[in-house]
Amino acid sequence: MLTKRIIPCLDVANGRVVKGTNFVDLRDAGDPVELARIYNTQGADELVFLDITATHEKRDVLRSLVERVASEVFIPFTVGGGIGDIDTIKILLDAGADKVSINSAAVRTPELVTMAGTKYGAQCVVGAIDAKRVSTEAKISVSDPGIAVDSSSEFEIYTHGGRQATGIDAVKWAKRLAELGAGELLVTSMDRDGTKVGYDIELTQRICEEVRIPVIASGGAGSIGDISDVLHVADAALVASLLHYRETTVAEIKAESRRDGHWMR
Amino acid sequence: MKVTILDYGVGNLGSVRNALLCLGVEASVTSDARLIDSSDLLVVPGQGAAGDAMAALKSHGLVAPIQDYIRSGRPYFGICLGYQLLFDFTEEDGGIHGLGLFSGQVKRFDSRDIKVPQMGWNQLDVVNDPLELASGLDQPLFGYFANSYYVEPEDPSIVFTQTDYGTRFASSIQTATVLGCQFHPEKSGAVGLHIIKEFLNRHAH
Repeated sequence: MLTKRIIPCLDVANGRVVKGTNFVDLRDAGDPVELARIYNTQGADELVFLDITATHEKRDVLRSLVERVASEVFIPFTVGGGIGDIDTIKILLDAGADKVSINSAAVRTPELVTMAGTKYGAQCVVGAIDAKRVSTEAKISVSDPGIAVDSSSEFEIYTHGGRQATGIDAVKWAKRLAELGAGELLVTSMDRDGTKVGYDIELTQRICEEVRIPVIASGGAGSIGDISDVLHVADAALVASLLHYRETTVAEIKAESRRDGHWMR
Repeated sequence: MKVTILDYGVGNLGSVRNALLCLGVEASVTSDARLIDSSDLLVVPGQGAAGDAMAALKSHGLVAPIQDYIRSGRPYFGICLGYQLLFDFTEEDGGIHGLGLFSGQVKRFDSRDIKVPQMGWNQLDVVNDPLELASGLDQPLFGYFANSYYVEPEDPSIVFTQTDYGTRFASSIQTATVLGCQFHPEKSGAVGLHIIKEFLNRHAH
């Protein structure tokens, strides 16, 4: 039986960690490789690097980060953030990334997911979804009824770092991503992200019920209990600020989750 | 020690190369069949489809050199497809004949009850460990998997570890000279590095 996974997530820009680090005694507080090493030692099952570099050098910067991580940390890791074409995917996988996550580009060009999955295997394609509860009627109408928000929709997806509404139903889109060839889904609740009130279990559960690929829950962890709770539904939990601000460690999360009956590495 | 990683255009060679480097071994990466014979250890990774991988081995003229190398009792370390292709036959891609160095079949997980591919960390239960590759490690051991197919060897005595995923399967094999892993030791943290290191040590000259 597969273990439940704990996945620290690092936001990076220009090859440096950009937020949420409080490792004051590190030689270089903003070095993602150093943090990766620490989380690995604590027992992290995987790592995710979300790149928010917005310059033309983005690809080169990201490639060199991936090369450095791959040469020092021997657990699987995913890179994501604005990855929009097959060339970049190839460069990052060749540089040593195990998986790439595709978010906005999958909405813009769904074929990209299929192309990457066919070429490199579904195991290295993570479909990332930023979802928000539907409060009013969708302002954007989508012609494809297979994915459009309708009267029964509870969640809508957003792209471009959560800035752009799409009119696409999150649960339907999750199903579509799996059909397109994603091997895994990273589901972030925008309503919960940064709130520390717990993961959106309902969102996670709806999606888990619809797909047969692993689902990583993200957004809202305020305590170890929150993580353990969402693992009753999800295959893995993404954790950011709880770890970065040293409120806990991966080892503590795992010990407590184990006590709650979760099968952990 | 001359370690050769076989590059036949299938999958990620960087990870295993990095893992070896971390253990102090600079491996050469080649698709040149002539360099196989002069190796002290041949490493064959491989991801993706078995049909493509077998076709690539054939088109690079690597089938007979690998068979000769292993049959002459030289150290071999295969990962994922580099493990599966050691056997007679795989169900993948409508049925593919492998290198036939070990008797057994490669089968697809039954996806009725489990998610396929298997993706993540699963337990490795050590059943035979003549080279003592896992001794000194804290139990239980875990390996990182990303596979839809698994090996069913005919000879149970070659099975190094077993793993449960819908069925109980041989997640690795071990003989005096061959280590084959379905999981990715190069991505399985300290446990994976330990197993690779011990296998290197057994064959270091």
